[in-house]
Amino acid sequence: MGVFFIYFCAIAMQKRLLFDSELLQITISRLCQQLIENHGDFKETVILGLQPRGTLLAQRLVARLEEIIGTNISIGFLDTTFYRDDFRRRDEPIQANKTDIPFLIEDRNVVLVDDVLFTGRSVRAALDALNAFGRPAKVELLILVDRLYTRHVPVEATYVGRQVNTIDSQKVLVEWSETNKKDNVWLINREE
Amino acid sequence: MSHLKTKHLLGIKNLNKEDILLIFQTADNFKEVINRPIKKVPSLRDVTIANIFFENSTRTKLSFELAEKRLSADVINFSASGSSVKKGETLLDTVNNILAMKVDIVVIRHSSPGAPHFLANHIDAIIVNAGDGTHEHPTQALLDTYSIREKCGEVNGKKVVILGDILHSRVALSNIFALQTLGAEVMVCGPATLLPKHVGELGVLVENDVRAALEWCDIANVLRIQLERQEMRYFPSLREYSKFFGINRELLDSLKKEIIIMHPGPINRGVEITSDVADSDHSIILQQVENGVAIRMAVLYLLAGRVD
Repeated sequence: MGVFFIYFCAIAMQKRLLFDSELLQITISRLCQQLIENHGDFKETVILGLQPRGTLLAQRLVARLEEIIGTNISIGFLDTTFYRDDFRRRDEPIQANKTDIPFLIEDRNVVLVDDVLFTGRSVRAALDALNAFGRPAKVELLILVDRLYTRHVPVEATYVGRQVNTIDSQKVLVEWSETNKKDNVWLINREE
Repeated sequence: MSHLKTKHLLGIKNLNKEDILLIFQTADNFKEVINRPIKKVPSLRDVTIANIFFENSTRTKLSFELAEKRLSADVINFSASGSSVKKGETLLDTVNNILAMKVDIVVIRHSSPGAPHFLANHIDAIIVNAGDGTHEHPTQALLDTYSIREKCGEVNGKKVVILGDILHSRVALSNIFALQTLGAEVMVCGPATLLPKHVGELGVLVENDVRAALEWCDIANVLRIQLERQEMRYFPSLREYSKFFGINRELLDSLKKEIIIMHPGPINRGVEITSDVADSDHSIILQQVENGVAIRMAVLYLLAGRVD
């Protein structure tokens, strides 16, 4: 039934809106509340945005969290390029982004943040990359859009903005007001 | 664009500006990696690299080996002394035998100019030139220009003098190509006997007076007198060379401006440069060494990405 619905959607429209600006704001606030339930004042917790597309979400989350709890929260950016499992299996090397983790993560709780969870391979690489900065007490994963039934590795998110049923040929496009004009998250049908 | 236009790194002459900037950008990432608590990434875990050194080297060899190990590559080392080369084996045979052991990348230093190019034409592996005679030393020039970029913000428009034994230097030629590609002005300075006859045709200024050269430049790259390559006397004595072409504190203090001092090593203290200058705040010699590892990691990473 679900599969038919997806196919119907795929044929019926080229682009489906998953989040608009308002819904995104509500979702970020809800995710923040969930984080606070588990991490309290964030003294022992750090937020790590995954490069390149998890960084803006991480910054939005931290800004909102700081508004709510009124203290500074440690935020860093983690690039997983050198830990990917598809290096040398692509036509050309992937250009790395900046890793900026200005604190130790030894014995701290880490919340990894990314925009879309698809195959799970970049999260696997991120778990590898984390080891270079110490042994965290606990690692959690926060995802804005969780694409169901597409995983290549057994990775699941701890906090999810929204789950969607998708097929492989579809793509989730996340637009931020910082880089595009407006906040919008789209599900797009690509030509096979 | 995220790949180099060349399959091998034989010389700076084969690189364009985009290639060099890509190497710099990748080196920025690796510099951050080598300053982490755990300095290793698994990128090249399925790559085997042979370091084949037919000539003595400390810095370059250590730097390449460290770069390879930081990238998790398997490394084998070969040096000509104590090997079958002494028994009369040819370069091609030696390398083919090493390749039979399934090596993906060969880092080679050789006293003959063109040895890496010869290998690149004859064997099926990625070749990285770690210095071929008096011809090129591309990774040194990359790390030198990278260090200038790091210290000054950019290379474009900077005035750089390369000082000393230009005639026997592979560092000089590679540096000239790299600096010019990135938009710097280059001058070579040294005793007339140690400057190649037609060096001006490379588009560099030529000067014999050290003071005039230092007054002109923003950065001075001081080269070692390569006694091992000099089959005749090019100047009366080291003492005289030091007196007329050595860089010392008094000379630097008498300039109207502050300049940056670089040296590719090994330093002959008291000959081309005095200890107080080499160890001063003006000198970025040790930064060059640190950047060398990051640059070599970047080069190996970008080249290995093209292995099937």
